[in-house]
Amino acid sequence: MILRKNPIEESVLFTSLENIADALRNNSIVNSIRENPVTEYVVNWGRAGAIWPMTFGLACCAIEMIAAGCSRFDTDRFGIVFRPSPRQSDVMVVAGTMTKKIAPAVKRLYDQMPEPRWVIAQGGCASAGGPYNTYSVVQGTDLVVPVDVYIPGCPPRPEALMFGFLQLMEKIRSENPAMLTQRKITYK
Amino acid sequence: MTPVDKAHILVNKIQDNFRHDVISTVVFRGEVTHIIEKNALKAVCNFLKDDNDLRMNCLVDVAGVDYSPSSPRFEVVYHLYSISKKHRLRLKVKVGEGEGVPSVTGIWSGADWPEREAYDMFGIVFEGHPNLKRIYMPEEWEGHPLRKDYPLRGYKDRYNPYGVEKE
Repeated sequence: MILRKNPIEESVLFTSLENIADALRNNSIVNSIRENPVTEYVVNWGRAGAIWPMTFGLACCAIEMIAAGCSRFDTDRFGIVFRPSPRQSDVMVVAGTMTKKIAPAVKRLYDQMPEPRWVIAQGGCASAGGPYNTYSVVQGTDLVVPVDVYIPGCPPRPEALMFGFLQLMEKIRSENPAMLTQRKITYK
Repeated sequence: MTPVDKAHILVNKIQDNFRHDVISTVVFRGEVTHIIEKNALKAVCNFLKDDNDLRMNCLVDVAGVDYSPSSPRFEVVYHLYSISKKHRLRLKVKVGEGEGVPSVTGIWSGADWPEREAYDMFGIVFEGHPNLKRIYMPEEWEGHPLRKDYPLRGYKDRYNPYGVEKE
């Protein structure tokens, strides 16, 4: 009797990431789940219902972000809970003026976040440099990391930030959860 | 003591003791400003700190100014305050491009960071400063952004597509 090796045995034991990926790529069950609209809805529902932003602020917009997280506005009721680590975060709220000095750190924090990840540019400075068309300020977050939602205002009120989160939820609901969309930043 | 008497002391004490080093003195609304020779800066500062009538024990700020294209190009401004005597004095030193200024960190240790700021923004070198490196801009930054010949919107790079093209 020939002892046939289970093709997904190694992946069950989590011995090799490549094996897991190979097994899942050609697996008919996984493929059927992928194309199932109900699965898609449930996964997106889960992702949109628990957006965890990173606790990280750059300027005065961060004060509005803190206010949005506190009891009067309370983002917790949307499942938006601020996390102290990029490893636990889904969304990065770029709150405030990004200078050229902090830009590499912002990029590093973005790279440390696990996929899927989203970015909200809060306020005029984060969106397009705002009033600071100067030597030291990055002229828009999209030059450093890809942005999903832009929130205008200087600074935006907490309601505006929450509206931005709701817009992001809409966006997440329309995504294909099985595919990591390749996001590009504008600068080449 | 009236403000007039205070201004009197602040003007005369320096002018009598440093007759050849004071280039000019301006009194405007009770604010006294001495423009002094660069070489005498440390002597004047030591005198201001130690003299019993002056007692300038607080260095409020050190600032650089770019008067380009006039020559000498830069000016370093020292704002002094006496906590015990409650009077203020301003010192100005003219500095040419590429010249250094003696650092006053040995007299007031609070001069450390403002001098680094003046170096960062204008490129004025403070001789004898213990740690003269950039304080605001990234360490690998080129140029001194508050100089008059530095473009207001900076140079074009990956973070600023609207800047001036670098030759």
